Amino acid sequence: MDLTLRIWRQPRHDTPGDFVSYQVTGVPEEASFLEMLDLLNEQLSERGEEPVVFESDCREGICGTCGLMIDGRPHGPWGNTATCQLHMRAYADGDEITIEPWRATGFPVIKDLAVDRSAFDRIIEAGGYISTPTGAAPDANLIPVDKATADRAFEAAACIGCGACVAACPNGAAQLFAGAKVAQLNMLPQGQPERYQRAANVVDTMEAFFGSCTNHGECQAACPKDISIDFIAWLNRDYRKAKLSGRQAG
Amino acid sequence: MTTSSTPPSRPVGNQQPPKIERRGNVLTELYRSALGKKYLMAISGIVLMAYVLIHMIGNWKLFEGEASLNEYAIWLRELGEPLIPEYGAIWATRVILILAFGVHIIAAAQLTRMNQLARGSGRYAERHYAAVDFAGRTMRWTGVIVGLFVVFHLADLTWGVQWVNPQWEYLEVYDNVVASFANPVSAGIYILANAALGLHLYHGAWSLFQSMGWNSPRFNHWRRWFAIGFAVLIAVGNISMPVAVQVGLVG
Ligand code: HEM
Ligand code: SF4
Ligand code: FES
Repeated sequence: MDLTLRIWRQPRHDTPGDFVSYQVTGVPEEASFLEMLDLLNEQLSERGEEPVVFESDCREGICGTCGLMIDGRPHGPWGNTATCQLHMRAYADGDEITIEPWRATGFPVIKDLAVDRSAFDRIIEAGGYISTPTGAAPDANLIPVDKATADRAFEAAACIGCGACVAACPNGAAQLFAGAKVAQLNMLPQGQPERYQRAANVVDTMEAFFGSCTNHGECQAACPKDISIDFIAWLNRDYRKAKLSGRQAG
Repeated sequence: MTTSSTPPSRPVGNQQPPKIERRGNVLTELYRSALGKKYLMAISGIVLMAYVLIHMIGNWKLFEGEASLNEYAIWLRELGEPLIPEYGAIWATRVILILAFGVHIIAAAQLTRMNQLARGSGRYAERHYAAVDFAGRTMRWTGVIVGLFVVFHLADLTWGVQWVNPQWEYLEVYDNVVASFANPVSAGIYILANAALGLHLYHGAWSLFQSMGWNSPRFNHWRRWFAIGFAVLIAVGNISMPVAVQVGLVG
């Protein structure tokens, strides 16, 4: 199929950007969305034009680097699908597709469609881990966790850090990401020793970069991993307890 | 739709947060954070919700006639006597309401500003929202409408400002209310403002559970119904009064 792409081009983070229209020809319908962009870049290179910068790594929906705003929908038209797993059979010959980077103050554009998500790394550094002595791997199931809790924590742990929640949020808030990262640990026994410290540090770091949740639920609708806004409530509760009980790092 | 984007001023590639400066006092530390402001918005919202509900139930005495409503007004002024002086309960309520309104509005303004900055100046050329509803989108507008209405409502029935309610007389509560609601412009303002309040509560009475972190698989599915029920009760219950006067059922 042949497509018209309206792509955001921005040479540098501190220069203004704009849309440029491109024709991409001969796209097979079994190609993924990113393979279609690869094809475009080949065709641009052949013509001596500068290829479009976009990010990807795993191309199987687990690394979270590939997020794009596609026709006004984070990760495109398919629900619970990362951009790399969106396939061109979602489109028909002659379609026009608008492709934009995530837009939020916490995610400045680096170039074209690539944004800087290092603010997420700062949030992880603030509390997205447990402190544990390394050594031989402990035996499996040494610490019993009931099935319901394990399943719930696993739902939160499915977050791939793609940033679609921030991109979708009218307030540029990152509460779904932060909620998932806090809940996946705070629900489990291994997360208990640092539970309230974690909630306080993650939230305080998050607020240095991102906005405040107004409970609209756009993040949940945009999330490729179907993370629930219940985890936002979870985060809000642990933060409240951390502050009211003084159980936080100084 | 505009698509121009002002470039960010921060260096890209390795963003660093400013050092977190926590405050010693629990309350100032809570208020420093956006989550803390949301707790206070939710709590002040609950205080206002409780007031709005009780205020409405009391005002339904309008349907029982002049004597009933006016006696209720006197009773409110003498509530708690002799332990509490005359007007004591009324003034205590007023102080709580002023505080709740103040906190709610200031937090709303600060968070709105924070969110505008966090969203940034870059706008999507195309954006299809998938979840947000009309009530959620218009919270800031319905909030401002309710805030302005409160000023009008006080001028109309509490202070008796001449050009708002020319027939107003102190403690003639029933006559004052009927005079106000008989005026179609005034009745219209009451109806519109309470419709706005209903919308505000449709989102707010649900949102407060999320903000406070009151969340459990046992009751989560009730939160939406609670908000719908509360919003409809308040909107319909309040709007029924000006409508009753306008159609001649009361007055
Ligand atoms: C009788 C009056 C009012 C009641 C009962 C009320 C109630 C509520 C409640 C329960 C919430 C939810 C709080 C949360 O999610 O944490 C809320 C949120 C809010 N209120 Fe009010 N409110 C009132 C008046 C106002 C006024 C006068 C304003 C502004 C001038 C306002 C602006 C807002 C805003 C901006 C939000 C945040 C909405 C969001 O989360 O997106 N409210 N209100
Ligand atoms: S919560 Fe969902 S949308 Fe947000 S970063 Fe994680 S996977 Fe992406
Ligand atoms: S490239 Fe890894 S999730 Fe899409």
